[in-house]
Amino acid sequence: MSVKTRTRRDVLGTSALRPDAVPKVQGKFAFSSDLWAENMLWGATLRSPHAYARIVSIDTTPAWKIDGVECVLTHEDVPGKPTYGLIASDQPVLARDFVRHMGEPVVLVAADHPETCRRALAAIKVEYEVLEPLVNPEKSIDLSVPPIHPDGNLIRRQQIIRGDQNLVGEVVVEGNYELGMQDQAFLGTEAALALPDPGGTGVELYVATQWLHEDRGQIAACLNLPEEKVRLVLGGVGGAFGAREDISLQVHSCLLALRTSRPVKMQYSRQESFFGHVHRHPAQIWMRHHATKDGRLLRVEARVVMDGGAYASTSSAVLINAVTHVQGPYKCEHATVDGYAVRTNNPPCGAMRGFGVVQACFAHEGQMDKLAAACGISPVDIRLINAMETGDRLITGQPILNSAPVAQCIRETAEIPMPPNMTNETDVLAIPGGSGLTATPSKIRRGVGWGVSIKNLMYSEGFDDFSTARCTVEDGRVSLKFATSEVGQGFVTLAPQIARTVLGLDEVFIETIDTGIGSAGSTSASRQTWMSGGAVNGACKLVAINIVADVAKRRGLDPSTLQIQGTDIVDLTGNAVESVISATKDKRFSETYEFHHQPTGELDENGQGDCHTAFAFVAHRAVVDVDPELGLVKVVQIATAQDVGRVLNPLSLLGQVEGGIAQGLGLAVMEEIIVENGRVRNPSFTDYLLPTALDAPDVIARYVEVPDPYAPLGAKGVGEPPCISVTPAIVAAIRDATGVDLQRVPVRPQDICL
Amino acid sequence: MIHSPRSISDAVQVLQVDPDAQILSGGTDFMVEVNFGHRAPKSILSLRSIKELRAWTQQDGMIRIGSALPYAQMETGALAKLLPALAQAARTVGSPQIRAAGTLGGNLGTSSPAGDSLPVLYALDATIIIATSTGERRVAVKDFMVGPKRNSLAKGEIITAVELPAITGYQGYSKVGVRNAMVISIASACLVHDPLERSVRVAMGTVGPTIIRASETEQWLAAECDLSSASNITQAICTEFGRRCGEESRPITDHRSTAEYRRHAVSVITSRLLERCAAS
Amino acid sequence: MSLENQSYTLSVNNKSHEVQDAWIGESLLYVLRERLGMPGAKGACEQGECGSCTVLLDGEAVCSCLVLAAAATEADIRTVESIGDGQTLSDVQQAFIESGAVQCGFCTPGLIVAVENLLTHNPQPTEMQVKEALSGNICRCTGYGRIFDAVSVAVARRTGASQ
Repeated sequence: MSVKTRTRRDVLGTSALRPDAVPKVQGKFAFSSDLWAENMLWGATLRSPHAYARIVSIDTTPAWKIDGVECVLTHEDVPGKPTYGLIASDQPVLARDFVRHMGEPVVLVAADHPETCRRALAAIKVEYEVLEPLVNPEKSIDLSVPPIHPDGNLIRRQQIIRGDQNLVGEVVVEGNYELGMQDQAFLGTEAALALPDPGGTGVELYVATQWLHEDRGQIAACLNLPEEKVRLVLGGVGGAFGAREDISLQVHSCLLALRTSRPVKMQYSRQESFFGHVHRHPAQIWMRHHATKDGRLLRVEARVVMDGGAYASTSSAVLINAVTHVQGPYKCEHATVDGYAVRTNNPPCGAMRGFGVVQACFAHEGQMDKLAAACGISPVDIRLINAMETGDRLITGQPILNSAPVAQCIRETAEIPMPPNMTNETDVLAIPGGSGLTATPSKIRRGVGWGVSIKNLMYSEGFDDFSTARCTVEDGRVSLKFATSEVGQGFVTLAPQIARTVLGLDEVFIETIDTGIGSAGSTSASRQTWMSGGAVNGACKLVAINIVADVAKRRGLDPSTLQIQGTDIVDLTGNAVESVISATKDKRFSETYEFHHQPTGELDENGQGDCHTAFAFVAHRAVVDVDPELGLVKVVQIATAQDVGRVLNPLSLLGQVEGGIAQGLGLAVMEEIIVENGRVRNPSFTDYLLPTALDAPDVIARYVEVPDPYAPLGAKGVGEPPCISVTPAIVAAIRDATGVDLQRVPVRPQDICL
Repeated sequence: MIHSPRSISDAVQVLQVDPDAQILSGGTDFMVEVNFGHRAPKSILSLRSIKELRAWTQQDGMIRIGSALPYAQMETGALAKLLPALAQAARTVGSPQIRAAGTLGGNLGTSSPAGDSLPVLYALDATIIIATSTGERRVAVKDFMVGPKRNSLAKGEIITAVELPAITGYQGYSKVGVRNAMVISIASACLVHDPLERSVRVAMGTVGPTIIRASETEQWLAAECDLSSASNITQAICTEFGRRCGEESRPITDHRSTAEYRRHAVSVITSRLLERCAAS
Repeated sequence: MSLENQSYTLSVNNKSHEVQDAWIGESLLYVLRERLGMPGAKGACEQGECGSCTVLLDGEAVCSCLVLAAAATEADIRTVESIGDGQTLSDVQQAFIESGAVQCGFCTPGLIVAVENLLTHNPQPTEMQVKEALSGNICRCTGYGRIFDAVSVAVARRTGASQ
């Protein structure tokens, strides 16, 4: 007899639906900004209007006089460590002697109404001695300007020296590439609710964030409290994309709550949000590629300058990602790379989806197209000729041990049908200029462009970014506990899929996401499926072992002959011994598992070392229509094949692909924080333009499933690759349509037509 | 204090008693100021309950649009047939949500050179109807807007309607923006052909401190060809027309765009509008 | 409180709601969320550029962040809380869930209201009509593809149901 196998719902590989979708569509899901507490005060922040200034004096007395104001705090009121930071603790909780970027926090207030807060902030008198801001990254590199921070103006320099430093190819192409500052622009702005313990001995913070434990460590240090007295609970998160990896209002809200002994809610407006979090590093990249005349890449030279802005954040790690990815997903044995992450009085920059690889990819894909043209080879063929394979090495010397189906990604993308041509019937909304009626249809030109990318997964340079999960099975039901931050990416959908698959039980409940369990690491670096998925998988497997052992003991069987298959415990012949539900009736099993990826190394002074954990690959083909006289662009179609290892949830995966593509499109043609002499000119959605429903292209996606031998579920992370090579693909398509050698993103109309 | 009068005369009376009351229609400009903390209202005069302001009428070849008629109602239907350029402009205002609330009265009250509908009003030589304490006054739109975000509305006055002629010839609108929706104009233009008067009128937005009528170019065109029929307009004339319109523009460089691009863009769209006129 | 006091009544989801001692400058979005216990509508831009705060005002979709609450006393206001009776899901809500149109969910309430409104006025919209109708609702997570799918699913079901 054999067990009837039935197709189970909502296990790995199926399009299981989000468990939080119902409250979200009803408007009942509690985002951090929806939280409320009895006796609550509102908190607000006074920020520097200057990019660089010395603080001469701060007079808060006028604010204290306003009816409804309960508390006004300055740097003097920070009881613990005065600074914080993800890598270096170089960022003040509240500015003391200097403000180093426009928007830097200076004073905090708590009051009974947001309007009272606004009036209190307006009443505070801060006297500044305005200084000339350092805004040119080259001046930070040549050290020609005095340090704007005690840690100096150079955050990090990293060279990569590999192979023949004097090699000159038969074909040599070079280019200068520039990327403007992109913003994550998550919709749910920063928000938190801080609840002080009686006596101020501790605090509970509900906050939208990417890494509860990292936040906690920094908060506790600044509050001078033991970590166990600072409890963080994940409030509903309205998107993150890297902007929540650094803390923003966490310490501030706790400070106000502890001082007033009342709950304090803080919530940023959109304008404040633009100043309240880090952005994507603007970059200047020079590259020179050397190849044989039949297009084989031999050597890459690059100089990479990333403007980290006023505080270090994760600039050091972003730089490493950029310089180690300059060769792209291509075989290359010789490299000369010099990279700088610098400090300026521009807005601080840090993590944003793609984390340094977006910048490198824009440059290296521009270079590959130049190589193709110089060699008389098509953009597709130049990439196929050089496509990496498992075993090839990065220019750091690290071999790619993961699956590396680069050529397959390119070929599958190329097979996707092209979109239909524009005709007289094409709706005006679908052509450049849209309802603005600017276009003369006969003058529109179509272009096609390619981009292919490699992206590292998880953290690098020896960082052990482990994740923890606890699985409890009680009476036929599973509950999972983890601190993995759900920011919309769908881990809360995946975790139950894992549990259902491993344990054969359908009912899975997710416990509150908080610091009541070990760290899950950050929701970033495309790492949670691998790491938190690995932790959940590990914990469920331990519980499965216990369940099987218990059944074996009860029935006098050898546990090594039993396993969970489908919803039953089966023996070696496949016969069901007992259902898992029945085996766990009136019983409780619980296991906690800490999942670590394989260790990574550091880079030496020549940038050599196995510093990354794993890699994923993706190809994009963009079709755009351009009005060449006006420089207006409509992205028509994006075709993509992404190396995913294994599809765990097709619907979630498509959501990540389409969402990432939209962000890459934004960087290509419309998104930029415009900074002039350190001042942000467009901190609003009026002038920081995000793609709308009318800007979305048709997306056709294919998934290349070559299971990765290192990934615990065979699946690679998928969040970042979709937003990386789509940007150069779109720009390449615009070049193809117009013949203009575009070197900068976002592409502005005048870049095309003037 | 919120005032919600039901008639125009009641509204004017409110302003006699409470001259600092903020006039509020759709709120799409004013509420942004309040939300950003730039304005703190003390007293509001809401026009929501005055039905007359949300209606439009047509008489003797003139169309009168109530100042509180939302843009969404100008996009389709009988009004759109009478004023197709206004319908085209209305379609580009903000988003569908903004169009459900935004009004001509609001755009005129704000008097931004980037106001999407304003080039249409200029090209059609619209008249602004204003209710005052002594009755009604009429102002040509070109005399109403005097500078960027400055107009000749006096305290105690309320814009009640905009009057526009029904023209038999071609009228068209075009607006340049970086994104396909919800975008502040970088350059815009409206072109109107009046075959009876043998004239072409063209107004440009966002390329000067206020809306610019390219009157020198209009005169050049009238001298260059017989405008009793649009078919007399050649391609070469269209190109030169665009170039001259650009010469009359006075664009600035700001964080949204450069003066050079704005001038170029307005040349292109005015040229194309005339081409469409010629082909109509 | 030192702020100017307004007391008024709003009709929200067919019920009368008292607002006491409110600052005159409060938007409808603020009043719904902070005073009337209806936090469904979200604020993400304070200037009508994202649609997260979309509600129906006299049957038209508007940005509640741009409506002065104290001046909306004669309006019929409908929020996401009234969709699907607040208990059972509407077909649009169901379609959003099944099509994967929800990720972080912050834009979702505004979109649900905008889509319900679209289908009320135009039961069988074309692809471009859908895109234009939703062009005032920004989504940062999904790239819109699954949202368009959800609308198609809802339209197909309504069309099928009515035959």
